[in-house]
Amino acid sequence: MSTSVAFEKAKAENRAALVGYLPAGFPSVEGSIEALTTMVEAGCDIIEIGLPYSDPVMDGPTIQDAVQQALDGGVRVDDVVRVVEAVASTGVPTLIMTSWNPIERRGVDRFAQQLQDAGGAGLITPDITPDFAQEWIEAADARDLDKVFLVAPSSTDERIAMTTAQCRGFVYATAVMGVTGARAKTSDLAAPLVARTRTTTDLPIGVGLGVSNGAQAAEMAAYADGVIVGSAFVRTLLDNRSDEQAALKALASLTEDLAAGVRAR
Amino acid sequence: MTTHIHETTSFDADEFGWFGGEAEGFGGRFMPEALMKALIELDDAWQKAKADPEFVAEFDAILRDYANLPSPLYHATRLSEQLGVRILLKREDLNHTGAHKIRNVLGQALLTKRMGKTRVIAETGAGQHGVASATAAAYFGLDCTVYMGKVDTDRQALNVARMRLLGAEVVPVPSGSGTLKDAINEALRDWVASVDHTAYLFGTAAGPHPFPTLVRDIVRGIGDEARAQAIEQFGGLPNAVVAAVGGGSNAIGLFTAFLDDSDVEIHGFEAGGDGFETGRHAATIQANDPGVLHGARTYVLQDEDGQTIESHSISAGLDYPGVGPQHAWLAKSGRASYTSITDKEAMDAFALLSRSEGIIPAIESAHAIAGAIKIAPEIKERHGEGATILINLSGRGDKDMGTAIDYFKLGDEK
Repeated sequence: MSTSVAFEKAKAENRAALVGYLPAGFPSVEGSIEALTTMVEAGCDIIEIGLPYSDPVMDGPTIQDAVQQALDGGVRVDDVVRVVEAVASTGVPTLIMTSWNPIERRGVDRFAQQLQDAGGAGLITPDITPDFAQEWIEAADARDLDKVFLVAPSSTDERIAMTTAQCRGFVYATAVMGVTGARAKTSDLAAPLVARTRTTTDLPIGVGLGVSNGAQAAEMAAYADGVIVGSAFVRTLLDNRSDEQAALKALASLTEDLAAGVRAR
Repeated sequence: MTTHIHETTSFDADEFGWFGGEAEGFGGRFMPEALMKALIELDDAWQKAKADPEFVAEFDAILRDYANLPSPLYHATRLSEQLGVRILLKREDLNHTGAHKIRNVLGQALLTKRMGKTRVIAETGAGQHGVASATAAAYFGLDCTVYMGKVDTDRQALNVARMRLLGAEVVPVPSGSGTLKDAINEALRDWVASVDHTAYLFGTAAGPHPFPTLVRDIVRGIGDEARAQAIEQFGGLPNAVVAAVGGGSNAIGLFTAFLDDSDVEIHGFEAGGDGFETGRHAATIQANDPGVLHGARTYVLQDEDGQTIESHSISAGLDYPGVGPQHAWLAKSGRASYTSITDKEAMDAFALLSRSEGIIPAIESAHAIAGAIKIAPEIKERHGEGATILINLSGRGDKDMGTAIDYFKLGDEK
């Protein structure tokens, strides 16, 4: 199911959509399914599942830590697809967020087919841009999968237009110049970027990087169609790693706080 | 004039950074959108700089007056006698800071100045590129941060001290395997956040476009000098040119001037570690598995899920699970041949060159010596008496004495 469904629903309710991220296989394959399901039940409108990769350039220390644990635990690409299938079966649009090489290594077309068969919505590809993603664009177009590329505060207007022209589902606007990770203050670069992006597309725009609580989510929901949260969820699991029930409880309450935030625009 | 940085060959990348074209070739620019503007600006700045005679003259003057270039081309007579072919050594070990790497950092730092940026960052494995970067930063008065895997900072304390003495900040990187590839990841993460005022001095002719081209242009002086010296001092072109290949900057630096000399054989030697068949090696081209690592499509050591596999080599400078995309293309197109040299073969050559010529090579360069030893009989057979092999002696071995002491048990009393 395309993420556009969730964005339309949020729009009809005059709010932003909440997009939640966790890497597959963290703390374990089953554990990640349970955690993501908890996030869905507590109010995430869209789920991003991270495909753990050995050399993630766009991730900060929190997500790197979780991804390394997932890799050390032996998570495989097929496990990631299994997590997608389980989460997508809840009825919430579910994407994979991945560095490029695992997709290239498997074969872009073969991966796209697996993703579609599992009920996945599409891919977020943070370390490639449309001008180097022709094969993925064709594979996604053939299956109507979401293609979510990123725009950044440093992007020129020309590149934003080129990028949004190739997106399907939504556009991912990175709120800061930097890698993933919770930040104490929201960025003043995000709103101008969303405004510049809006002039090029009718697609919904999700803003990510640095959001960790309901108040920040509310600030971003004022101008964005979606608020994307990753490291804060990961942090919650890392902080409660010895107590699974406490972790899920904390995850649910963070989700509720953020879900209230996207409704308080 | 020592550098021909503005010259081109038939093996150059297209404007998108593809060596051999997008469909069949290698390279490209697989990077986060956040860095695209900077990479495009860097490409533009380089195109303009290398066409500017003032820039070229300034670069030449720095290489000459500061880095001790051009380096000599030396006829290694005793080694030649032993191998039955004439061996010429391009003495990059005599450069300031002891390796070819000084060329790369001075060129990139000069470009950084021209672009008006005030800070440089670099990754380093064993610390050689880090030391070179810190040196160039000191020379040009730039701030410098060097990322180095935690495993490497622990085992290369001397180079960490050198960098700090030169005024650089050294940041140990504990993530991943705590080695070179993780240092590159961390440097890229820094760059995503600092790109408006910071230049990334990439350590080898790899990474996203334009780095493979930019670094190649800057270090091609190795081959430009050697080619002219071979003609002037020895009456003609060599029959073969030989270099060690890790990321591949010293090799592409030598090869470029000879790429369109179709009579000159080109041989690259990768690090075979414990032996290719053991799986514990850094012979990326020989492994022949294309992927995308650190911004380029190239050959990558990876598992079936595309996760990078750790490389192994006694030589820290060759211990990298990827390779510059132009080498991947030179291999695939057949212009150059690439095979591997085991740790043992390299260390035997390390000892042989020390004893027969009084030159202690870097272990990286010892791989090239070992390669020349290996191909000498066939070169002689193909090209007759008086056949000549030109080897890039890319660096000196002072930094490797710790390894040598352990390997040859030089510290033993009896």
